[in-house]
Amino acid sequence: MATRLFREAIREALIEEMDRDETVFLIGEDIGRYQGTFRVTEGLFQKYGPNRVWDTPISEPGFIAIAIGAAMEGLRPVVEVMTWSFAFLAMDQIVNHAAKILYKSGGACPVPLVIRGPAGPGKQLAAQHSHSFELWVAHSPGLKVVLPSTPADAKGLLKTAIRDNNPVMFIEHPQLYLTRGEVPDGEYTIPFGVADIKRVGRDVSIITYSRGVLLAQQAAERLQQEGIEVEIVDLRTLMPCDWETVFNSVRKTHRAIALHDDWRYCGFGAEIAAQIQEQAFDWLDAPVLRVAGADVPMPYNKYLERAAYPQVDDVIAAVRQVLT
Amino acid sequence: MSTRTRTKKAALSKEEREELLELYRQMVLIRHFEQHCDRAYRQDKIGGYLHLYIGEEALAVGFISQLQPNDRVLGHYRDHGYVLALGSDPRRVMAELYGKVTGLCRGKGGSMHFYDKAHNFLGGYAIVGGVIGIATGVAFSQKYRQSDGITLCFFGDGAMNAGLLHECLNMAGLWKLPIVYIVENNKYAMGTPVELHSAVTNLAERASVYGFPSCQIDGMDVLKVREAAREIIHHVRTRQEPYFVEAITYRFVGHGAADITDPGSYRTREEIEEWRKRDPIPNLQHYLLQNGICTEQELEAIDQQAQRIVEEAARYADESADPPLDELWQHVFAD
Repeated sequence: MATRLFREAIREALIEEMDRDETVFLIGEDIGRYQGTFRVTEGLFQKYGPNRVWDTPISEPGFIAIAIGAAMEGLRPVVEVMTWSFAFLAMDQIVNHAAKILYKSGGACPVPLVIRGPAGPGKQLAAQHSHSFELWVAHSPGLKVVLPSTPADAKGLLKTAIRDNNPVMFIEHPQLYLTRGEVPDGEYTIPFGVADIKRVGRDVSIITYSRGVLLAQQAAERLQQEGIEVEIVDLRTLMPCDWETVFNSVRKTHRAIALHDDWRYCGFGAEIAAQIQEQAFDWLDAPVLRVAGADVPMPYNKYLERAAYPQVDDVIAAVRQVLT
Repeated sequence: MSTRTRTKKAALSKEEREELLELYRQMVLIRHFEQHCDRAYRQDKIGGYLHLYIGEEALAVGFISQLQPNDRVLGHYRDHGYVLALGSDPRRVMAELYGKVTGLCRGKGGSMHFYDKAHNFLGGYAIVGGVIGIATGVAFSQKYRQSDGITLCFFGDGAMNAGLLHECLNMAGLWKLPIVYIVENNKYAMGTPVELHSAVTNLAERASVYGFPSCQIDGMDVLKVREAAREIIHHVRTRQEPYFVEAITYRFVGHGAADITDPGSYRTREEIEEWRKRDPIPNLQHYLLQNGICTEQELEAIDQQAQRIVEEAARYADESADPPLDELWQHVFAD
């Protein structure tokens, strides 16, 4: 096994799928000649040329709509959004077109589309560039939603996303791009709807995804020194979501914490809590807690920013609370 | 006049004559189909919103008559005329309007969301301007695959003010996509006249700055539409660049079938009557008779045949089943 940066693993997935299937193409702002804001597409314009790597004007609704139309004709576009915060401009294309075309055509017109790019806080980008984006898309039937936490998962899940016949929203955390991890050699894919137990423990289940997994691991290391064994359930995909693995973990630990950077109010943690109380209520020894972002626009100042989304101490405090 | 008539008659081959009659046949079918829809809507057999193509038939029929098998058509929500001109089974079109499982979209799309891939119709779109983005993507795929196909994208004058239009015209111009943008300027975006919604009322001029040709045509005369379409489509196919067409047209009925304020609120009965003099169907009828291309009996037979097709479509829709309830959960995701 080789180690790779998270962004290198994504790039490898793109290369492997572009080599495998010539209907796969990349489209987005500054992904070709400039080679990508986070350099995920580094060298790909040079490698594949302008018919496979399309630099666009700053027109999110336009180029996302074009990708949808191309997908309806059987191409497999992979759109890069420079940040998911810019995808708000294209919500009509994503929610009212990509997510609806298969259904309203009575099953006749699949839309095999991937939209990928960074979303999340932590770079002092303030109010308009720091959104978590999963809820805006997970709420809409017809969209699949993927949030990998490791380079290996990112690669395997992106390959699955590109081969999927539905619109897949592939959300990368900007704080993960420079994290490193082992990536299996050779060809592999990771199915959607299969959560991964990133750490086995007996005392409390942390249900999370994306950056939350790293945060939970840091908290688990520290808590282990006190003899507290944390189990980390990495959902990896929110739609479809592997609830059975969540319930099984809760049946074992009897305590659950939902963890994400996104806002707490109506965040995915609310769905996690609701699912657990509907399906595993009798197994709970404590209320499900949420560790999530503060319900404020992201401030610029770095101390305020740190206070606005979960940190390791917040996770540790929640574990202590749920155990008392 | 008599000399000209004889000359024209002599010059028409059997195929040319049949093409002219086919234009007439399609326009009459759409007219009868839409008139039936209007009645069925009032009988609650058709739900939701219903936007009729009455008055604009020459546009769909004239343009679509010039297409080839690899071409694609997409439209806005006033979309019945496109599928009928493309040759969709009128029974399945009516069944969709009645919400039946035998419909084009298994009763899950309705009037504003037709699809018929087998006949190259890739969708009616109910968000004003939405079709422009999707259609540009379809043309993108034609370029990507180096297909010989082109795309027709129909929308209304209201869509001139959607930002998406201008984004897509720019990219289509940059990337030389094989697409014909056709704005059906029927003078009103719902009830708002062009003069009150567009700073430049010549829409062809407004769309002329993206590096490809644009023009204005008379959308009420199917022969003029056909002639323009032939040249424009040939240009787009051979030169591999987009084209923008402003077709001046008029709808003789309200924006939607539920529209009870029209005429009277935003336009007058007199204005509608004035435009009815340019009705594309009697005008083609007049041309065909004046030039001795066919007889009144032949036209009457075409009219009766269209009525029978619509009656049969309505009977089929009536007798078809609603979708089973488990259909609710199907087609959210593809396999």
